[in-house]
Amino acid sequence: MSAIIALIAQALHIALMLAAAPLLIGLIRRVKSRLLGRTGPSPLQPYRDLQRLLRKQPVLAGNASWLFAAAPAVSFAATLCAAALVPSFALGMTTAPLSDLIVIAGLLTLSRVVLALAGMDIGTAFGGIGASREMTFAVFAEPALLLVIFTLALLAGSTNLDAIATLLREGSLGLRVSLGLSMVAVVTIAIAENGRIPVDNPATHLELTMVHEAMVLEYSARHLALIEYGVALRLLLWLTLIGTVFVPFGMGDAAGFPPLWITGALAWAAKVGVLAVGLAVFESSIAKMRVFRVPEFLGIALLLGLLAVIFLFVSQGFA
Amino acid sequence: MNTAPGVWLSGLAAVAALLPVLGLVAAAGRVRSAYWGMLLLCGLGVVLCAGFLIGDSAAASLSVPIGLPGAGILLALDGLSAFFLLLLMLIGTAAATTALDDDGGYAATSPLLPVFVAAMATTLLAADGFSLVLGFETMSLASFGLVLTNHREPPVRAAALLYLGMAAIGGACLIPAMALLVHAGPAGVDLGFAAIRGHAPHGWRAIVILALVLVGAGSKAGLAPLHVWLPPAHAAAPSHVSALMSGAMTKVALYVIIRLLFDLCGTGQPVWWGVPLMVLGAVGAVLGALRANIESDIKAVLACSTVENVGLIAAGIGLALAARAADLPALAALAMGAALLHAMAHGLFKALLFLGAGAALHGAGTRAMDRLGGLIQRMPVTTGCMLVGAACLAALPPTSGFAGEWSLFQAMIAGPRLGGVVLQMLICVVALLMALAAALAAAAAVRLIGVAFLGRPRTPRAAAAHEVGYAAQLAMLGLALLSLLAGLFPGVVLSAAAAALRQTVGLTMGDRASLLHISPQTSTTGYSAPAIAILLGLAIAGVAWVVRRRAVAGHRRGPAWDCGFGAPPAWLPFGDPITQYGGGSFGQPLRRALGVVILGATERVDMPEPGQTRAARLVVRSKDPATALLFQPVIRWRGALSAQADRLQFLTIQRTLSLIFAVLVLFLIVIVLVEQL
Amino acid sequence: MTPRIAYGAFSYDLAHLLGAAVLVLSFALLYQRRITSIIGFYAVQSVLLAVAAAWQGWVQDSTHLYITALIAFAAKGVAIPVALRNIVFRLRIERSVDAALGVFPTMALGVGLATLSILVVLPTTVESQTLTREDLALALSVVMLGLLSMITRRSAITQVIGFMSMENGLILAAVGLPGMPLVVELSVAVLVMVAFVVFGVFFFRIRDQFDSLDVSHLDRVGGTHR
Repeated sequence: MSAIIALIAQALHIALMLAAAPLLIGLIRRVKSRLLGRTGPSPLQPYRDLQRLLRKQPVLAGNASWLFAAAPAVSFAATLCAAALVPSFALGMTTAPLSDLIVIAGLLTLSRVVLALAGMDIGTAFGGIGASREMTFAVFAEPALLLVIFTLALLAGSTNLDAIATLLREGSLGLRVSLGLSMVAVVTIAIAENGRIPVDNPATHLELTMVHEAMVLEYSARHLALIEYGVALRLLLWLTLIGTVFVPFGMGDAAGFPPLWITGALAWAAKVGVLAVGLAVFESSIAKMRVFRVPEFLGIALLLGLLAVIFLFVSQGFA
Repeated sequence: MNTAPGVWLSGLAAVAALLPVLGLVAAAGRVRSAYWGMLLLCGLGVVLCAGFLIGDSAAASLSVPIGLPGAGILLALDGLSAFFLLLLMLIGTAAATTALDDDGGYAATSPLLPVFVAAMATTLLAADGFSLVLGFETMSLASFGLVLTNHREPPVRAAALLYLGMAAIGGACLIPAMALLVHAGPAGVDLGFAAIRGHAPHGWRAIVILALVLVGAGSKAGLAPLHVWLPPAHAAAPSHVSALMSGAMTKVALYVIIRLLFDLCGTGQPVWWGVPLMVLGAVGAVLGALRANIESDIKAVLACSTVENVGLIAAGIGLALAARAADLPALAALAMGAALLHAMAHGLFKALLFLGAGAALHGAGTRAMDRLGGLIQRMPVTTGCMLVGAACLAALPPTSGFAGEWSLFQAMIAGPRLGGVVLQMLICVVALLMALAAALAAAAAVRLIGVAFLGRPRTPRAAAAHEVGYAAQLAMLGLALLSLLAGLFPGVVLSAAAAALRQTVGLTMGDRASLLHISPQTSTTGYSAPAIAILLGLAIAGVAWVVRRRAVAGHRRGPAWDCGFGAPPAWLPFGDPITQYGGGSFGQPLRRALGVVILGATERVDMPEPGQTRAARLVVRSKDPATALLFQPVIRWRGALSAQADRLQFLTIQRTLSLIFAVLVLFLIVIVLVEQL
Repeated sequence: MTPRIAYGAFSYDLAHLLGAAVLVLSFALLYQRRITSIIGFYAVQSVLLAVAAAWQGWVQDSTHLYITALIAFAAKGVAIPVALRNIVFRLRIERSVDAALGVFPTMALGVGLATLSILVVLPTTVESQTLTREDLALALSVVMLGLLSMITRRSAITQVIGFMSMENGLILAAVGLPGMPLVVELSVAVLVMVAFVVFGVFFFRIRDQFDSLDVSHLDRVGGTHR
């Protein structure tokens, strides 16, 4: 019985993530517009954009291979798998035993690598620029992420996200210096991984400053829809991850009383909403940095992650 | 269990003995028969190893009355050697299958290739010091001959010479290490491993052995800082030989490290013994992975990635050594299991990638990344197999590369249990470097596939590439299938390593490794590759279904958008091939961010003077720090030393005699000291 | 000391988190390239120090720590940054700062120094309470980073800020140790010294630019000259 309830929670979680991802992008665009003194489009605009893209017929470049056509679906599916593994409103869902942080990082890498390969497939300069830069940024983001995982795993005794969140929700670990440092590191990594300002500008129209946008420049119609949807889903995934690990309060139990899920969902919406508004404010108040500054930016996240682990060794409070 | 374990060993010994005969057959001109024979023998070897491992048979030994007078050759088969033999025989089968293709290019390697495999098998089966060294050195010489196959090209000769020099250094360290291990009893010197195990070394003798083994076998494995020979040699050899060298020979060297340090040196060594392996492994991993992003020869890229993966495996072995010394068998089993799993995974996918690179060389006539491109159109099978290999290389779930690196990271994360703040911090930094290496490898994989196999053809030769023969395709498909299976069921690979684990660290993974999942602790579910694969498959199917139902079907073809740049002119049917990203440009951000510091990379625009008609060029230079910090000083010292020695030629007779006398006295003093200690 | 502070308790955790925030801001000071943002980050660091001192005052029930907090907030969080900004704007000092080392090497050096201070603090405090160990390690790291930023920066103003952030580390150590006497006196004395240094820089800058300490030259700078 509880297994079925857990499965229902899982299905609800995936549906929620899928439904909320475009709204999140719309919300951020709206807040940014307001901060810049414009009215901005409705928060529902991303849904309409996706609808519009689905109604068009894609144009493939003459030399596009099967990989180019298949990449958006594979990339989106990998992101969706990762999103299914990051709990939003309830812990202990069906996939909880699978939700290993390194696996989630691996799935996100899969999503990125597939798109980078597709960016190289047509053989245009812009696709190459985007793919090269995207992989370069990942080179610096992933070790930093591993250090954060290292810290969390030392505290919780496992790299399983569900187990970590359960332990942190109990609050028995208290506020830790290491957790604080890790959170700063994770926020930095999340900004880079999602291609937000100051690392990359998702709204840019200048090709030379593009990273992710340059990589997917050749895509249109349903392929582009999948890519944009995937970008939105990935941002939601990261914000959910930050909320689940560092602000684990209010989450329900998948095996528990279903109405409690509603409070969990409300808490999740609040966390993601606050983070999204914070992101919009941050992006409005800062300029994009040069590409060769980005390794430094991520290097700082890496060093903070290192410092977090070192402080953990000092306090000797890990399992 | 019930079968006499001697059967497996006798069969494998027969395989090892018959392989050199095939070399003679090939030398007699019957090349195809030799390769058919090699295919059958290696296939038989796979069956025998698998039979031994599945039956979980007891270790067996066999004495062959040839070799040293009075001692003969002792062979033994146990879990550790069977695990590595299985990998060797699988790659040997694939290499022999590739060579069956009707192509004159494979004839040149036919006499030495079976000897090479037989030498590696002898090293793995050896149960005494003599046969181990014999096998190891024969392996070095045979591979040297194989590297020289295309000896008319000067770079090949240079690479082979460097390789021979490193092999000589390796031998010069491995033989003394063996000599120090051997115990001289009242009944004379017993070279057998059983006698060595009875007298584990300790004190300074053990430390010297550690250093000698790390240099002797480490240089062959490609462990930093002695990895410099590996990229040129593996790139220069014919591709099916490179597959054996990268996939199997580096693993044989790692096997020698494990055999000598874990088995023969006993369990009484201190915790810090693991530290050199961890540090050298992590540093080598980063160096190799970074160089893989800079090299412009596809086989050199693959060879650099071998340096990276050997580094990762060595770090795992080092952690296992430290954990065993600290009496943490569960952690030691986790680390050792991870190292063995990654060794198997890497052996398979790297052999696959080298065979694929050989196919590209065969089909498009070049190894230079910037002369390839667009092979996915003309060589679909090769590109498909390369994609599988590159996914493993980039450690993407659910491939075998991910399973190996996942378990290595789990071991590192559990590493701080060893205690001691300095050691803990060291492990943390090692894990950080390993993560950096893994991320760099992902970038290198995208660069390799994206530049060489995707995009537009850069030369007419690449545009007219053709697919390789069916035998070579079959070999690649087989290795790709094995890689996928090893990725989906890493628990099975770990069960195959169970006997090896029991033997080296005293504990198996137990129920931490099963058919469906592997996990770092007994209580939790760690990584379940089948579940992730199913999840991924469901997601892809779901997305495809929704898109099919909701979106407009079909597509149109048109010119590439490319931000509105016009269609290519008529005299460049594929567009100007220079206007796409090449190997140099793809690696440029990493070269600037890390290469300048680590590899001393420089780039200079070589601009022609006004009036000259040649094109401007970007000259990129980089140098491996091992070359700059280790090899160049050594070469300088050698020069200085030979200048000194030169003076000795012109001494008077009296001085010459006194020199000889002084050397003799010094020698006697050393003997006395050794006896006293 | 007071039972309110114990390992794992909320008060202890928050104190440490504040200390860690001060340390992170020290790293931010190392990383910044523009002089105005360096001043801004210094102000934030001082305010955080003030909060840390106030929190310790509440935890340890000691009034004089509140005074320290007040001094830190008013002088270092508001007055000095405002004064420094004025100097920068009025003297039109170059806004971007040349660092002697690159950003990443500086940061790596910083993490190395923090590690070193932890390794130094650990064995010397084996017998003391565990809760002071992290505190001391944090404070010593802040001091070391302040020194580092003095070394790696060339401009006088940034050197002064490095010096002051080093002093922040000392205060952090002083407020973290229960029963430390003369905390207020210490902070006041250091403050006076800092004030002297700031004015010293001010006058040296004037002399550098005008070869004189005559303040009337400033009229020209202000744009009000005849």
